[in-house]
Amino acid sequence: MPMHPQRKQRLMLVAFIVVFTSVAIGLMLYALRGNINLFYPPAEIAAGKVPQGASIRAGGMVVPGSVQRGTDDLSVTFRVTDYQAELVVSYSGILPDLFAEGEGIVAAGVLDEQGVLQATEVLAKHDENYMPPEVADALAQSAEASSTDYGQGKTPE
Amino acid sequence: MYFDSFAAFLHMDGHGVFVWSVYGSAVLVMSLLSYLPLKRKKSTLAALASTLESCALSNSSESH
Amino acid sequence: MWSFFHKLGSPRWFYQISGRFLPWISVTAVSLLVVGTIWGLAFAPEDFKQGNSYRIMFVHVPTAMVALVGYYVMAAAGAVSLIWRMKMADVVMRSCAPIGAAMTFLALLSGAIWGKPTWGTWWVWDARITSMLVLLFLYLGVIALYEAYDNKVAAGRACAVLSLVGMVNIPIIYKSVDWWYSLHQPASIKLTEESTIHSSMLQPLLFTAAGFYLFYATALLLYIRAELVFREQNTRWVRDLALGKRD
Repeated sequence: MPMHPQRKQRLMLVAFIVVFTSVAIGLMLYALRGNINLFYPPAEIAAGKVPQGASIRAGGMVVPGSVQRGTDDLSVTFRVTDYQAELVVSYSGILPDLFAEGEGIVAAGVLDEQGVLQATEVLAKHDENYMPPEVADALAQSAEASSTDYGQGKTPE
Repeated sequence: MYFDSFAAFLHMDGHGVFVWSVYGSAVLVMSLLSYLPLKRKKSTLAALASTLESCALSNSSESH
Repeated sequence: MWSFFHKLGSPRWFYQISGRFLPWISVTAVSLLVVGTIWGLAFAPEDFKQGNSYRIMFVHVPTAMVALVGYYVMAAAGAVSLIWRMKMADVVMRSCAPIGAAMTFLALLSGAIWGKPTWGTWWVWDARITSMLVLLFLYLGVIALYEAYDNKVAAGRACAVLSLVGMVNIPIIYKSVDWWYSLHQPASIKLTEESTIHSSMLQPLLFTAAGFYLFYATALLLYIRAELVFREQNTRWVRDLALGKRD
């Protein structure tokens, strides 16, 4: 199918705009890739890649059994893990409804000298699984029967 | 129905405010998206009709 | 194929044919939305972790999908109007912008309202949410740019270039949750593997999603028709339409 030369030229221009901006933005995102992450995983904090005293966010799964609540105030400490390293988080305030042991969270705050994250905000990070409670119970029972893995919220399917 | 009562349906264990405000704003925005172009078309046609009619009137009065 | 393309370029033909399809599309859209909404709100079971707040999903997911797909529609129309100088394509591109902006706004708003009870915050500057905000600004930018020019031919070209440039944002929005650590969870509906939504919740979502796509088509046709009537005011067929003569 022959194409009018002028239209062909315009087609090339359109293709150029799309390819050029994609490459430019792609390179920019590649250069910034570390900075676009909302939070650091505990492994990077343990490796010392995170500045002390600066305000950061850390994210991971709350280690089951690690949550210790203060007796007379809202203070709470717990450990988060990315299965490679663990990080102790200390926080005082109201936790979101979805905060629970074995669930993902993102905590914002400052690392102190002991490597404890003094958090000013704790957000719950939920996963992509949606199911009715009965199904979740049934899945948990069958998972219990087959293996006793790190009890995280992923579907065993 | 999944809920035991209509009150429970509205309340949704405390999440009702969130859920209903989302559905309310969706209905509002989508009604506007349907109404605005219809109104625009109608007013364009009405304005066009009135100019055409006044032109026709002035033309016919001139010819007399 | 080419004759269809040429017919599509005729405003009068498009106005007539869209008028014939509109009642069917809009009625189907509303029925799907009503069924999906009642199903999702009243009959679908609650989520094992989020309880009832997850019911926001039946609005949030479709509006976000339509906002993304609608941008491709706008950019494709922009490309056609740039290359072939087709008037109809310019009308389509211009009509896409307000609908896309409204859908993006709904996705952001419903996400914020959903985020409060589940994450514990209305807003967080993570990659998914920020790139979605950029999408809203792109849509608003196209609207503003079009209004800023007095010469509407130049305005159409500038808007087409802007929408083509902004197209790079769509895969970024889509893949942001996989490429970076974000608060937003990855996609639940997957093309290649099994979805991670239980079927009792997925079914109403498919209804509202189909409903939102058809609603998008309805709104787009309504905007195109209003714009066509406005632009073709000096033609015979619009004058006949205004005077109530059957076209």
